[in-house]
Amino acid sequence: MDYTFHWARMFTGEPAQWMWEGFCTTMQISTISLVGAMMLGVVICVMRMTPFKPFQWFSFAFTEFFRNTPLLVQIFFWYNASSFVIPKAINDWMNDLYYWFPGPFTLFGHHFVGEWMLFNVELFMGIIALTVYTSAFIAEEIRAGIFSIPKNQLEASRAVGLSFLQGYRYVILPQALRIVIPPLISQALNLIKNSSLVMVLGVTDLMYQATQIESYHAMPFEAFTVALLIYLAISLVVSFCITMYNKHFMIQVMY
Amino acid sequence: MHWDIAFDNLDYFLYGTTTLDWHFPFVHNPEGMVASVILAFFGIFGAFWIGLAAGLMRMSRRWWVKLPAVCYIEVIRGMPLLLLIFWFYYLAPVITGETMPAFSTTMFCFMVFTGAYVGEIVRAGVKALPKGQMEAARSTGLSHVQAMQLVILPQALRNMIPSFVNQFVSLTKDTSLAAILGVIELTRTGIQVDNREMVASFEIWITIACLYFMICYILTSYSRRLEAQLSRYQARDR
Repeated sequence: MDYTFHWARMFTGEPAQWMWEGFCTTMQISTISLVGAMMLGVVICVMRMTPFKPFQWFSFAFTEFFRNTPLLVQIFFWYNASSFVIPKAINDWMNDLYYWFPGPFTLFGHHFVGEWMLFNVELFMGIIALTVYTSAFIAEEIRAGIFSIPKNQLEASRAVGLSFLQGYRYVILPQALRIVIPPLISQALNLIKNSSLVMVLGVTDLMYQATQIESYHAMPFEAFTVALLIYLAISLVVSFCITMYNKHFMIQVMY
Repeated sequence: MHWDIAFDNLDYFLYGTTTLDWHFPFVHNPEGMVASVILAFFGIFGAFWIGLAAGLMRMSRRWWVKLPAVCYIEVIRGMPLLLLIFWFYYLAPVITGETMPAFSTTMFCFMVFTGAYVGEIVRAGVKALPKGQMEAARSTGLSHVQAMQLVILPQALRNMIPSFVNQFVSLTKDTSLAAILGVIELTRTGIQVDNREMVASFEIWITIACLYFMICYILTSYSRRLEAQLSRYQARDR
């Protein structure tokens, strides 16, 4: 064992800067994907609950397929399918944008259109993969939350004179929300951890930057340990929030 | 579309050989889907025992028993598996002085990672039992350990099955991360074939995804049957 540790070097200069940039990228990817996954998850969940059979079949196949295949495979799949997935119109529009505005065009600090990359396909498809993967889980969680509300609640709201949608809006959803939020938060946590996988496409997230420090500064152990501590800090903060939430909105038995 | 390319490489995806004479996959290094299944199976086997120990330690009243288990579970659950793999991959030579093979490195990491989640599952399974079970077992004269072993754990096992199988499924999906260290399992064969055949990546990755889907779907459907069988022996709260 002739490995010497250089912990201090992790907190100054290039390594510290790289880790900070990686942390920001991870948080940005996670935030964008989480918002997308919420919206897609609600759509899939609603499709599952409509009486229209093809919608039900589609959403069933969607959730089963994306929950039962590895995220890594999905990332490779989306990246390789990018030529189908990114419509030609958008690609052309991006190229035109680059033609008229050759300077860097940034969204949350990422060069989507810039001097070296016309369109950051890796980042875009990584976000798509994370979004779709997470939305399958979120759809199931929302559905489980809504199903855990007894059916009498809806019947009662109909009997009172509310319409079906009003029943959902004022009776079912407020109750379901309290049940759904804790698993949704832990899903967000999983999303942050899963976002480390997009490094295989070369997206410069926290994990990627740790591997960069490993190869450029020859400090593998320090780099991965600091990355570990950062992920741990994130998850501890989030689980603290879950505990606080549970204390404030303790679910009372009302039926 | 070039489905024929994906189809021609199916045997490579499945057991990692392209030679015409078929070797029994266990004779050589397991490769392809066989390697994925072996990683998942041994990973969950190790994780079960680690998780059982961690879960029982976590329920202990003594702080010096509880603390290591709490630290282990919280730290491992707070980090991505990929990070654990990289971390241990670079840590192992520091400890032992020589590099560890990627296959055993990843399998060790799968066991340790999944063990933390299984620990929580064990705890939840025991907590879900009616409290009277323990009291009744103690009143018949069993010691605490005996009661745990003969009464509580067999029933807790039944409670654990759905979440345990979920964990098995997510471990099966996570075995794809072994590809990053270069283990030739299902995902790695996909990467290799994708790099070799320049035109068919869409078809190749659909095929790989379907193979993983097959494993996971078989697992979940079998678990439903197992659950129905075992719930006959379940005590009910009256």
